[in-house]
Amino acid sequence: MGRSLRGAAAIVGVADAASPTGELETRGRALEAAMIREALDDAGLTLDDVNGVCCSGIATGIAEYLGLHPTYVDGTFVGGSSFEVHVEHAAAAIATGLCDVVVGVYASTPRGDRRLGASPASFGPMGPDVAAEWETPYGAMMPMTSYALAANRHMAQYGTTSEQLAQIAVDARRWAAMNPRARYRDPITVDDVLASPVIASPLHQLDCCLRTDGAGAYVLTSEERARDLASPPVFVLGAATATDHWVISQMPDLTVTPGAISGPAAFAHAGIGTADVDVLQAYDSFTITELLHLEDLGFCAKGEGGAFVEDGKLGPGGSLPTNTNGGGLSYTHPGQYGIFLLVEAVRQLRGSAGERQVPGAEIAVAHGCGGVLSATGTVVLGTEATL
Amino acid sequence: MTARREPPVSVEALPFWDATRDQRFVLPWCIACDAAIWYPRATCPRCLGDAVEWRDDDGGGTVYAASVHSKPGPGRDADDGPYVVVLVDLDAGVRMMSNVVGCPPDGVAAGLRVAIDWEPLSDGRHLPVFRVLDRTA
Repeated sequence: MGRSLRGAAAIVGVADAASPTGELETRGRALEAAMIREALDDAGLTLDDVNGVCCSGIATGIAEYLGLHPTYVDGTFVGGSSFEVHVEHAAAAIATGLCDVVVGVYASTPRGDRRLGASPASFGPMGPDVAAEWETPYGAMMPMTSYALAANRHMAQYGTTSEQLAQIAVDARRWAAMNPRARYRDPITVDDVLASPVIASPLHQLDCCLRTDGAGAYVLTSEERARDLASPPVFVLGAATATDHWVISQMPDLTVTPGAISGPAAFAHAGIGTADVDVLQAYDSFTITELLHLEDLGFCAKGEGGAFVEDGKLGPGGSLPTNTNGGGLSYTHPGQYGIFLLVEAVRQLRGSAGERQVPGAEIAVAHGCGGVLSATGTVVLGTEATL
Repeated sequence: MTARREPPVSVEALPFWDATRDQRFVLPWCIACDAAIWYPRATCPRCLGDAVEWRDDDGGGTVYAASVHSKPGPGRDADDGPYVVVLVDLDAGVRMMSNVVGCPPDGVAAGLRVAIDWEPLSDGRHLPVFRVLDRTA
């Protein structure tokens, strides 16, 4: 058991709700909000103090409803014991300084739901279907619509061009040419991207990630055990999370992802700056996604991503080798691409990436982005030499 | 005519959808924060307060971002032609997704002033959409 967990964190507020009738008047997210409010009151804290959220569902959905932007979330679901598991994780997170104040919550009203005939979907841990009620009726296609709106806003605000976005797809394809398992390996040009059908303006088909089968896994262990195992260890130097919203219409600024928080925090944990990054694996669900990551991680200033990428520096031989497996744009994208970021970063740091190996890579960043620019996880990885 | 994918009614948005039957646009406001809330919630995402009231709104706003969809999304037929999905910053201080209708989709861009309009749903409710108010804005 961890040496630093004992006594490192404390429960300082609690609340619960139940009734002899077996039914409660308040339900769903409103009931969750009431519990959190009461527990915070009990602790003498306010919503502004909270930077961590745990629930047995989509933590980002609860956070959005409550107006929270937590830097620690845990939606682990293992049945009724989920909450004890959450406390274990949160105590470890607090012990290592990842967050300060975590709320964990649960609300379920099966009796009232049955009597009132309400759809359980509105009141379960998943909450109401916000997208179905407020976005899908407008013909929104998920996830394309969200990223198209972000690209449109970036263009309107900063003058970013379709040609600049296209260069990101071109460079991903150049890497994919060196990956025998990539879905697409034939070279493409900026003109090819612009000539592909517009799916949702301003995004063309070749601005969008693939839809493929795929799978991955990783094994993580302690520094001590890592040194005795079969493969050269790749150490976690720093990591951070940030969440912002769940649906795109709740995103405060479509040109700034939560990576602007998780990126600098992870770099600070690792004690590195952007100039120390030898190879970047950053979630390229769409070309605009990659451009926003480059700005939010600090590789260039906000609004300057278009000019930053247009010389092809993300591709082979460039100054910022990025998505060296071909990325979600050309290698594979089964839906939740983040595992492939980690796998490729490890291969690069082991020096086992074959033809696409970045010479002398010591520090890699795996930057995941989930939902619709909703939540980011930034992981800084390094070879033994970087410790 | 478009066969829209019609929105479900969440419990917390019942007053909103009821008002649309009379083509009235109402927004939930947190009384303590004196601020509008969108999407409708029973508690304020600023203070977690549950004193929320519904106020009439004039439905004026400005396009924040726009995307013309040439490939039909959910509930759309290819025959319907392109349509524009927008995020509108309402003057009330909240942002919502919608469509701008009654004009060529390609002409809709960030900064355009828009006003609320309505499209009928099959159950007597109306879906809030927007029309261009002033092309020079």
